[in-house]
Amino acid sequence: MTNNILVFIEQRESKILPASFQLLALAEQLASETGGEVQACIVGQSIAGLADTSASYGAKKTYVVDGEEFAYYRASPYATALSAVIDKADPKAVLISTTFMGRDLASRVAARKKAALAIDCTQLKLEGGDLIATKTMYAGKFSATFRLSGSQLQVATVRSNVFAAKEPQSGVTATVENVAVTLGEGDGRLKVKEVVASSSGIKDVTEGDVVVSGGRSLKSEENFKILFQLAEVLDGAVGASRAACDAGYQPHTRQVGLTGKVVTPKLYIACGIDGAIQLLAGMRGSKVIVAINTKKEAPIFKVATYGCVADLFAIVPLLTEEITRLKG
Amino acid sequence: MRILTIVKQVPDSNATIKVKPDESGIDSAGLKLVPDPFDEFGIELAVQLREKRGDVEEIVALTVGPDKAAEALRVALAMGADKGMHLNDGAFDLTNELLLASIVAQAIKRDEAGFDLLLCGKYNIDLDSGAFGPALAEYLDIPHVGAVTGLDVSEDGKSFEARRRIEGAEEVVECGLPALLTIEKGLVEPRYPSLPNLMKAKKKPVDVLTSAELQTDESLQVATQFQSVAPPAPKPDCKFVEGEPEDMVKELVRLLREEAKVV
Ligand SMILES: Cc1cc2nc3c(=O)[nH]c(=O)nc-3n(C[C@H](O)[C@H](O)[C@H](O)COP(=O)(O)OP(=O)(O)OC[C@H]3O[C@@H](n4cnc5c(N)ncnc54)[C@H](O)[C@@H]3O)c2cc1C
Ligand SMILES: Nc1ncnc2c1ncn2[C@@H]1O[C@H](COP(=O)(O)O)[C@@H](O)[C@H]1O
Repeated sequence: MTNNILVFIEQRESKILPASFQLLALAEQLASETGGEVQACIVGQSIAGLADTSASYGAKKTYVVDGEEFAYYRASPYATALSAVIDKADPKAVLISTTFMGRDLASRVAARKKAALAIDCTQLKLEGGDLIATKTMYAGKFSATFRLSGSQLQVATVRSNVFAAKEPQSGVTATVENVAVTLGEGDGRLKVKEVVASSSGIKDVTEGDVVVSGGRSLKSEENFKILFQLAEVLDGAVGASRAACDAGYQPHTRQVGLTGKVVTPKLYIACGIDGAIQLLAGMRGSKVIVAINTKKEAPIFKVATYGCVADLFAIVPLLTEEITRLKG
Repeated sequence: MRILTIVKQVPDSNATIKVKPDESGIDSAGLKLVPDPFDEFGIELAVQLREKRGDVEEIVALTVGPDKAAEALRVALAMGADKGMHLNDGAFDLTNELLLASIVAQAIKRDEAGFDLLLCGKYNIDLDSGAFGPALAEYLDIPHVGAVTGLDVSEDGKSFEARRRIEGAEEVVECGLPALLTIEKGLVEPRYPSLPNLMKAKKKPVDVLTSAELQTDESLQVATQFQSVAPPAPKPDCKFVEGEPEDMVKELVRLLREEAKVV
């Protein structure tokens, strides 16, 4: 086993997910302690150009698995590809972003390689060769630590927006190793029929650096428009409470919370959301939380960074206006 | 078609959880435990498939946990599962998902008839991880689809089409059975088990397996070890902006730009 830290660079349609750059910065910190170097792995189709980008963010070497069978993420072929890179690179640890793909891939690869595993870490540090991973437990209510044994491969997925990416260096050329991967018999069992990109400009609630979220108090689907307008000027996504989804104002895919999605954006704006414990489970990890609520006692203010005790219908349009003015 | 639904017993999301003073775990005395809400989606889906189709022969609900976890099985049986499998042994470390998956895989392999469809939640609300499902599929060498929001099982019961929402896109995949699906909110709404059904569930068979039948893989046990759990660091108090709506908004935007630097 080397002392290197391998970062799985997540890309879609040849665009690297910004969270991957955060991983490279974290990997650099860890590698400086292990005495190894930061390496990267990119899997996909027509992705050769991405290695330079990963190099500019600090990868000393990038393993590339390029082929049409990797055009779309599928757990099993991607696990085969990443396992092949792990066999070649023999890293001490593999870092992956906590995304739909990341949770999935990390779990299958860790099972295949008999690795130590921690999902959705908010902190990672080394202690005598072991990784000490901090993550949430009990729907975000507690923080737990797990010890990942250094005598085995360590795999960790890392929460987005917890670690800061470094500024890219210009003029860096990547050291690339192309890895040929032979897929196993089982890898073809699942086919991706269709990927409908959300080209409408509406991001999924898990992808926004900013999430504007509304509750039951929005009263109709129509009224959610003002949240979409605010989200648009902030280049963010729209979320909703369960009460709002159950009432049919928004689809369940936008629900944030215990039985919805867990989001950790840089900025989460809760509009007319009470802050039930199940809602908090989905957003309390956000970096900055703004709450707009008419009721000063609403529990959402307990987790909020900034509070606004007022009618959301008065505040949200003004907020959109003010931000448009500043950005304009 | 035989369906396996996997259900974990977890603390109720409304319960106040207390951590033991030495932070070695949570204080389970008097703690209300329920089947994981995501796993309930899996049970409901299994039952709905049987109601819609003529070819679902058996629905088996499986749990790993202590004696008390039998209550979670009973809910599954009351919702419509036919039979329970309870992996009950103190040696089964409930905080190690890869280990749990390897134990469950062994239990599944003992079942000679085999399962066509395996269902569990997208993740559990105790470990907040979601590694169990994909790892189980890996150990069984079957495909899996994570966080499914739409499902169409073919008429002949040999394949399915599933939908899932990923970052930035909706994905439609096609796959043969057997396979494992982890279920996202929105696909089905779990029914409440009625009292008569809860009574009837007591009579349904439950097989119990222990470490006498299922091996704990030492290397997995050592690889990932739970250490401690503690309340998160307290957040600083909320800063309220005051005045007329216009003043509030101006001040809020100023704070977001100058102090928090997020806008
Ligand atoms: C097992 C389980 C799982 C759950 N999972 C989730 C989940 O994933 N996500 C989730 O959200 N919930 C979940 N819930 C439900 C949760 O308990 C709450 O019922 C829900 O979050 C309430 O939504 P809300 O805040 O929109 O509505 P309400 O509780 O009705 O709150 C509305 C808020 O809006 C404020 N308000 C009203 N009018 C205005 C106005 N004009 N301007 C500003 N503020 C205004 C009110 O003061 C109030 O605080 C779950 C519950 C259970 C039991
Ligand atoms: N002890 C357990 N008993 C039964 N099922 C479990 C257990 N642990 C995990 N699972 C299953 O694994 C899925 C994902 O759990 P997790 O990986 O813990 O978030 C759940 O929806 C359960 O179906």
